[in-house]
Amino acid sequence: MESKFYEEDKLLVFKITDEIDDCSVQKIRRRADYEMERYMPKRVVFDFDSVTFMDSAGIGMIIGRYKFANMIGAKLEVSKLTQSVKRIFEMSGILKLIPVAHDIEQDAQVF
Amino acid sequence: MKDIFENEMKLEFISKSSNEAFARVAVAAFVAQLDPTIEELADIKTAVSEAVTNCIIHGYENRQGIVKIVGYLKENEVILEISDNGKGIENVDIAKEPLYTTKPNLERSGMGFTIMESFMDTLEVESIIGLGTKITMSKKIKPKIENDEGEFQMITKD
Repeated sequence: MESKFYEEDKLLVFKITDEIDDCSVQKIRRRADYEMERYMPKRVVFDFDSVTFMDSAGIGMIIGRYKFANMIGAKLEVSKLTQSVKRIFEMSGILKLIPVAHDIEQDAQVF
Repeated sequence: MKDIFENEMKLEFISKSSNEAFARVAVAAFVAQLDPTIEELADIKTAVSEAVTNCIIHGYENRQGIVKIVGYLKENEVILEISDNGKGIENVDIAKEPLYTTKPNLERSGMGFTIMESFMDTLEVESIIGLGTKITMSKKIKPKIENDEGEFQMITKD
């Protein structure tokens, strides 16, 4: 996972580059929570563009990060969902709760 | 009479979550013989990942044990049996309900069985408390034909 913080926008972007399963979410979770606490962003975006595989562990991971972001006063969004990622998120209904960011590229030159 | 399968494989590994990726990739390589589409293969990988996660997290509750996968290919169908010798499921019907989880504190979504059911064609769960759980799931791979331009097309039945 790569991350980048945009000071002026208080925007923290996580680009997930691993396959998302029960094993890898433990690492993602630890790093994301650490960085959110460190930067105290107002907006957090998870970029799924490079995710080649995700199972239901990804749902729990995002809900957990959503709660954590709320706790520190940040808004969490997801972006660039691949077909398979989108399908799993839609099945769980969490896209009703978590917005999909479309403007991330304009907001910041990401990676 | 026992069915005759065209191909068969068995896979056993210890219940470490780092083996989940190994399990789904190994099954995908086995199923690849039926020439599935990327989507069909992704569905099977996801279902395997869910099943294996269940064995490790719920069956063995992170203690060490053996997860066993038996795969069969029969004509255009994949049949997978994934089993553990773990604690078993008390009530399978409740466990299969979407969003039901016994471990919400660990950020579990409770979507495992729902995903297996919707990504595969059939799903059966046999479980005995204290002895373990075996799930059997199957999926038909749609046959493809070659058209005049030499491109493959899906055969869709009405």
